[in-house]
Amino acid sequence: MSGEPRPLHSRRDDPQALAAGVRRGDLRTIARLITFAERDEAAVAQVMPLLQPHTGRAHIVGITGAPGCGKSTLVDQVIAIARAATLRVGVVAVDPSSPFTRGAILADRLRMQRHSTDTGTFIRSLASRDELGGLSAATWDTVRILDAAGYDVILIETVGAGQLETDIVAGAHTVVVVAVPGLGDSIQAIKAGLMEIADIFVVNMADRPDAAQVVNDLRDMLRLNPDHPTWEIPILTTVATVGAGLPELWAAIERHRANLRESGAWAGRLKNQARAELLKSLDRQWHHHVQERVAASGSLARLAEEVASKRLDTHSAATLLWEELGWKQR
Amino acid sequence: MSDPIIRVVVAKPGMDGHDRGAKIIARAFRDAGMEVIYTGIFQTPEQIVSAVIQEDADVLGLSILSGAHVHYAQEISRLLREQGADDVLFVMGGTISKADRPRLNELGVAAVFGPGARTGDVVKFVRDWAAEHRAA
Repeated sequence: MSGEPRPLHSRRDDPQALAAGVRRGDLRTIARLITFAERDEAAVAQVMPLLQPHTGRAHIVGITGAPGCGKSTLVDQVIAIARAATLRVGVVAVDPSSPFTRGAILADRLRMQRHSTDTGTFIRSLASRDELGGLSAATWDTVRILDAAGYDVILIETVGAGQLETDIVAGAHTVVVVAVPGLGDSIQAIKAGLMEIADIFVVNMADRPDAAQVVNDLRDMLRLNPDHPTWEIPILTTVATVGAGLPELWAAIERHRANLRESGAWAGRLKNQARAELLKSLDRQWHHHVQERVAASGSLARLAEEVASKRLDTHSAATLLWEELGWKQR
Repeated sequence: MSDPIIRVVVAKPGMDGHDRGAKIIARAFRDAGMEVIYTGIFQTPEQIVSAVIQEDADVLGLSILSGAHVHYAQEISRLLREQGADDVLFVMGGTISKADRPRLNELGVAAVFGPGARTGDVVKFVRDWAAEHRAA
């Protein structure tokens, strides 16, 4: 063991073989392709077109909320219920990367390990790497890979979200926002960002004092929200560690899926998702392109020096760089 | 692009709940820029190997203080082999007697880090291995 080189460039790179492996549900192929997606490797661009026709079937459920609010434990319980209903479950669990070392502790899986050997469950941890929106850049490719592999429900657990990590809403059919008692007063419930994206609210750790107050604050907040003509956002209470309230949560997730289908919003969400992802993909390519051009030009260090020594301001320096790279002013 | 990030599963098998060492080494790997999938305590060999596969880990680090290291090395090596994942670097840490080390090496454990091992040495071992085996 450990003597053989890792076969990174064996025939596993063959797009047809990779796609066939995913469709067959081969765990190693699925896992390796996700790694390729994380590394933005060329093979992914060749495999995804082969998988795309086989996607679109899975119900994609996002679970988000503050660090330590019980997301992983809720996911663990949802897996158990979905598996009891004989659905196959894919889990994408995102935890933060260090902005300093790029290292990460991915510990969501810790709460779900009882499902590790279940052949109907696939759990993958992703580090957020360079993304700041609560997910990892590879999240949606990972979701599509699991979708094409035949997982019926795909649960995405975001990083512990603060207030603005709302990328999950771009690609999930159903967003569950988890709140807990003790994180602030009623003003928190009316703040912009995370509180605006929920299809379902869960107040976890509902056995703690003040849980009823959190429910009331959320209810007051929702009463002023006229934007959901076909779906009344439920506020559920759970104690994830003992599974209390979990059947109700699962019922709400299923009800939301049915509601999306019946109201036609399912197709609308898919279109929004495609649009958001397309823009993001374009953004990423453009970002790489700009970085490469800047690195190749050698002007960055010189202009940064000018700015640091106060001979030039940042905006003027950026404009100069922009022009030096041959682009027209906006 | 920068070097591929090394992914490490850190696990504790069996009925041994002392996870201080596992957490320290997980933290050291994190600070060395690796992504650590921490599976926690009371893990079966099947759960551990399944995590290695689903997470597409490069490295499996087993922390063990129960004395059952030979048994677990045997089981885990067998499962890794059966599931085509024996290209993963398998290392162990904990209270493991020197006398048992040759046997562990035979079973596929690339290195054993006993009491007093420095986290820096463990990190270096993993990095050197990755540089040698993972170069594209």
